[in-house]
Amino acid sequence: MNRKVTRWIIWTLVLTGILLITGASSLCIGSAGIPLREIVPLMRFGRGTTEYSILFDIRLPRIILGFAVGGALSLAGVILQGMFRNPLVEPYTLGISGGAALGVCLNTALRMSHATGSLSMPLSGFFGAVVIIAAVYSLSLRKGMLRIQQLLLTGVMISFISSSLIMLIMAVSRTEDLHGIIFWIMGSLQEPSWQLIKLTVIVSICGLAVSHLFCPDLNALSLGEEEALHLGINVERTKKLLFLLAAMLTGLSVSIAGIIGFVGLVVPHFVRLFLGGDHRILLIGSFLSGATFLILCDTLARTIISPMELPVGVITGILGGTLFVYALSKRRVLFGRS
Amino acid sequence: MLEIRDLTCGYEKFHLREISFRVGRGELIGIIGPNGSGKTTLLKAITGAIKPQKGEILLKGKNTRHMGFRELARTVAVVSQNIPASFMTVEEFVLLGRIPHYSRLQFLETKKDEEIAQKYMSMTDTLTYQHQPMEEISGGERQLAVVARALAQEPELLLLDEPTSHLDIKHQTAILDLVRELNKSSRLTVMMVLHDLNLASEYCDRLVLLNNGSVHRIGTPAEVLTFQIIEEVYETVVVVEKNPISHKPYVLVVSGQNYEKAS
Repeated sequence: MNRKVTRWIIWTLVLTGILLITGASSLCIGSAGIPLREIVPLMRFGRGTTEYSILFDIRLPRIILGFAVGGALSLAGVILQGMFRNPLVEPYTLGISGGAALGVCLNTALRMSHATGSLSMPLSGFFGAVVIIAAVYSLSLRKGMLRIQQLLLTGVMISFISSSLIMLIMAVSRTEDLHGIIFWIMGSLQEPSWQLIKLTVIVSICGLAVSHLFCPDLNALSLGEEEALHLGINVERTKKLLFLLAAMLTGLSVSIAGIIGFVGLVVPHFVRLFLGGDHRILLIGSFLSGATFLILCDTLARTIISPMELPVGVITGILGGTLFVYALSKRRVLFGRS
Repeated sequence: MLEIRDLTCGYEKFHLREISFRVGRGELIGIIGPNGSGKTTLLKAITGAIKPQKGEILLKGKNTRHMGFRELARTVAVVSQNIPASFMTVEEFVLLGRIPHYSRLQFLETKKDEEIAQKYMSMTDTLTYQHQPMEEISGGERQLAVVARALAQEPELLLLDEPTSHLDIKHQTAILDLVRELNKSSRLTVMMVLHDLNLASEYCDRLVLLNNGSVHRIGTPAEVLTFQIIEEVYETVVVVEKNPISHKPYVLVVSGQNYEKAS
C-alpha cells in the first residue's frame, strides 16, 4: 500500500476519533453536567430517571442530528465546489435554503400546520426546496446541457427573490407567527421526531456512499468540463446527478434543522487546506469534519448562556467565519506544511 | 486510423463545412490555418465536445457517435491549451490520465497505473518535480506534464492543440521532438494544431490547411507551404525558403512598410 493511501486512512481514523470524542463530550456537557463514567450505568439501569431523559431524549437526538446535518451540508458543499470549480459556492448559494424557508413561512402564515401536525414544518420546507431546485435546474438547462454559470446566477437570484418574499410575509404576518418563523430561519437541531432524525441519518450516509462513486469524475472535473470530457467522463450526466444529490442533501437538512449557514462553505475549505484537493479523501474528510463542527457548535449554542439557548446558526457563522478568515491569512503557511 | 467524411458542425456563427480527409496509422498531421479557420473546432468535433450536424468521424472504422465517453478517451487523448494551474502535484495530475482505464467501481490507482504514470513522467522529464504542485512550476514544465498525462491515457491517437504557444524554442523543440519520437517508435498517430508554420513544416508528415471552415489544401509541407497559397489564405506577404539542414520549407513574413519600400 502506498504512502498516499496510508495517509488517507490515518486521516479518516483521526477525524472519526475526533468526531466520537466530540459527540461523547457533548453528551456530558450541559446545564445538568453528567460525568462520562456515569453514562454507561445510566444507559443500563437509569431508565425513567431525569438524567436518562436528559441524555437520551434531549442531548443524544441533537448530537445524532448534528452528525447527519453537519455531514450532509459539508458533503453538499464539497460536491458543489468541486463541480462549479468555485470556492464561494455553498449549498445555500443555489437558492435551496431560500426555497425551504419560503415554504415554511407560507405554511406558518397561512396556518396550514394544523392540518398536517408535527411534520408540517419539515414537509413544507422540503416542498419549498424541491420547487426551487426544479426551477433553478430547469432554468439552467439548454439543449440538454446544464450550464454551470447559469445555474449559479439563477440560484443566487432565486435566493434573493425568496428572501424578499419571506420579508414580505413577515411584514404582513401576525406577531405570534413571527417568532416561529424567525426561530425556524435561525436554525436549530431540536427535533422531537426520532423518525425524521433516522431518515436524515440514513439519507446523509447514503449520500456519502453515493458521492464516492463520483470521485474520479470530481477529480477530473477539477480541471474543467472539457478536460473531464477528454478523460472519458460523461460530464452532463455527472453534473446533473451531482447537482440533484447535493440539492437533496441540502433540502432535507434545511427542512429539518432550518438554515444553518457556513458549515457547507467553511468546512470543505478547511479540509481542502489540510488534506489536499483529491476528492477520494475530501468527501469523507469533509463529512466527518462537518459533523464534528456542527455538534461542537450546537454544544456551544446550548451551554454558553445556559439555561438559555443561542441559535446554532449564530455560532456556526461566528466561529466558522472567524476561523475561515484566520485560515485565509495563514494560507501560505498551511500549504507549505502539507 | 481516423477518417473524416463530409463533416459539417460548429456554432451559430461559425461552421466547419464538409471537411473530408483520412489520417493513416502512425502519421503525424499538422492542422494549420488563420485564426478562426476552424482548427480547434475540428479537434473538438473529434473528441465529441461538439456533435457533427452532418457527416461522420470514424476512428479505427468505428463511428465516434456510437462510442462511449470512456471508450473514446481510451483511444484519443488531448493536450489542450489552457490547463488550470492547481494545487495538485504533477504526479497526481498525470495519474488523472488513467481515469478512462478505471473499472466501474475502481477507487484507487493500481500498481500498473502508477508504473505507467512513472514511465511517461520519465519520458517527458517531469520526474524531478513530480511532487511539486502544478501551480508552482513554469509554463514549459506544466506543458510537459500535460503531455505526460495525455500519454498516460495510452491513446492510439494523440491530439495537440497548439502545444507550443507561450513556450520558448527550447521547450517547443523538447515537446515536439518527444511527440515525433513517440510517433516513430510506437506508431502513435498524432494530429496537432499549430500556429507556427515553420514548426508545422519541420515536424509534420502532412499538413491540413484550413480556411473559413473548409479544407483549403492537404499535402506535404513542400506542397502546402508555397508563397502563393500562404499569401492567398493569410493575406500576408511572405517569402518561402528552404531550411538548409532539414530541407523543409520555412516561411518568413514581410512587413507592410518593407514591402512597400521594396516594390
